Amino acid sequence: MPGHRTFAGLTLAGLVMFAAAPLWIAGAPYESTMGLIQKIFYFHVPGWIVMFLAVAICGVASAVHLFRHKPAADRLAVAAAELAVVFGLIGLATGPLWARKAWGVWWQWDARLTMALILELIFCAYLLLRRYGGPGSDKLAAGLALFGMANVPFVYISVNVWRTIHPTTSVVPQLAVSAPGMFGPFVWCSVAFLVLFAALLAARTRLEEQRAEVERLYLALEEG
Amino acid sequence: MTDVQRTAIAITLAAVLLAPAGATGFALEGGQPQPPQEEFVPIDQVPPEDQLPAAPLLIAAYAIVWLVVFGYLWSIWRRLSAVERELTDLSARAGGGEQGT
Repeated sequence: MPGHRTFAGLTLAGLVMFAAAPLWIAGAPYESTMGLIQKIFYFHVPGWIVMFLAVAICGVASAVHLFRHKPAADRLAVAAAELAVVFGLIGLATGPLWARKAWGVWWQWDARLTMALILELIFCAYLLLRRYGGPGSDKLAAGLALFGMANVPFVYISVNVWRTIHPTTSVVPQLAVSAPGMFGPFVWCSVAFLVLFAALLAARTRLEEQRAEVERLYLALEEG
Repeated sequence: MTDVQRTAIAITLAAVLLAPAGATGFALEGGQPQPPQEEFVPIDQVPPEDQLPAAPLLIAAYAIVWLVVFGYLWSIWRRLSAVERELTDLSARAGGGEQGT
C-alpha cells in the first residue's frame, strides 16, 4: 500500500537522520559562553519549529473544517494537534535542562516561557475536548485551534517585545553568518525533525481515516 | 470508568502537576517580579557551588527526545494495529450480513 510505504520510508529516513545527528552535533563548535550545554539547541529549536508548523497546520485545517465543513480537514487537524503537543513537550522538556545550566534556574515565568506553556496547554485542551467533548466537540475544538494558532506569533515575538531571559529571535536567522560551523548541524537536525514530522503526520492522519471508516461501518451495521 | 470520570482524572492530574510549579515560582519570587539582572555573567565566572556539569543535562535532553519520539511511534503503531483489526472484523461482519440478506 503506498501509504504504508511512504510512512515506512519517511520514518526510516527520519530515524537515520536522528541517529546521525549526534555526529554532526559533536563536530559543531562550542558556543563561547555556554559551552557543552548549548548543544541542546540542535534539538530544542527544531522541536519548536516543528511544533509551530503543527499548530499552523492544525489551525488552517480547523478553519477549513469550520467554514467549508470538510471532514478530511478535521482529521488532519486532530493529527496535527497531537503532534503539536508531542513536539511542544520536547521543547518544554529540553528547555529547562538547558536553562538550569545556562541561567541557573529550571524555569522562569517570563513572557516567552509562559506563553509557550500556554500554547502547549491550549493543544492539550484541544485533545481533551476531542476525546471527551462528545458530539459537536469538533467545531468547538476547531475554534480553540484557531486561538492556538493566533498565539504563535505572540510566542515568537515575545522575546523582542518584552524583557525576557530568553535569547531574541535574531539568533537563528543570523546563524549562517554568525556561526557557520553551527549552521550545518542545525539544518541537519531541523530537516530530521521535519521528515519525522511528515511521517508521523501521515500515520496519524491515516489513523483518523481508519477510525472514520470504523464508525461508518458500525453505522452501516446498525442500519442494516 | 465513564468518560466524564476519565476527563476529571486527567484534568486533576494536570492541575496537580502544574500547580506546584506555579506556587514554587511565586514563593521564590515572593509574589513580586524579580529585579532584572543588570549584567551577563559568563558561566565560567559563576561561583563553583552554582556550576553544574553539563553532560548529564545534555544526555538527559537527548534521551527525552528519543524517548518521546519512540514512545509516540510505538503509540501510533499500536493504535493503527488495533483500528485495522477492528476494521477487518467489521468488514467481515458487514460482508457476512450482506451475504445473509
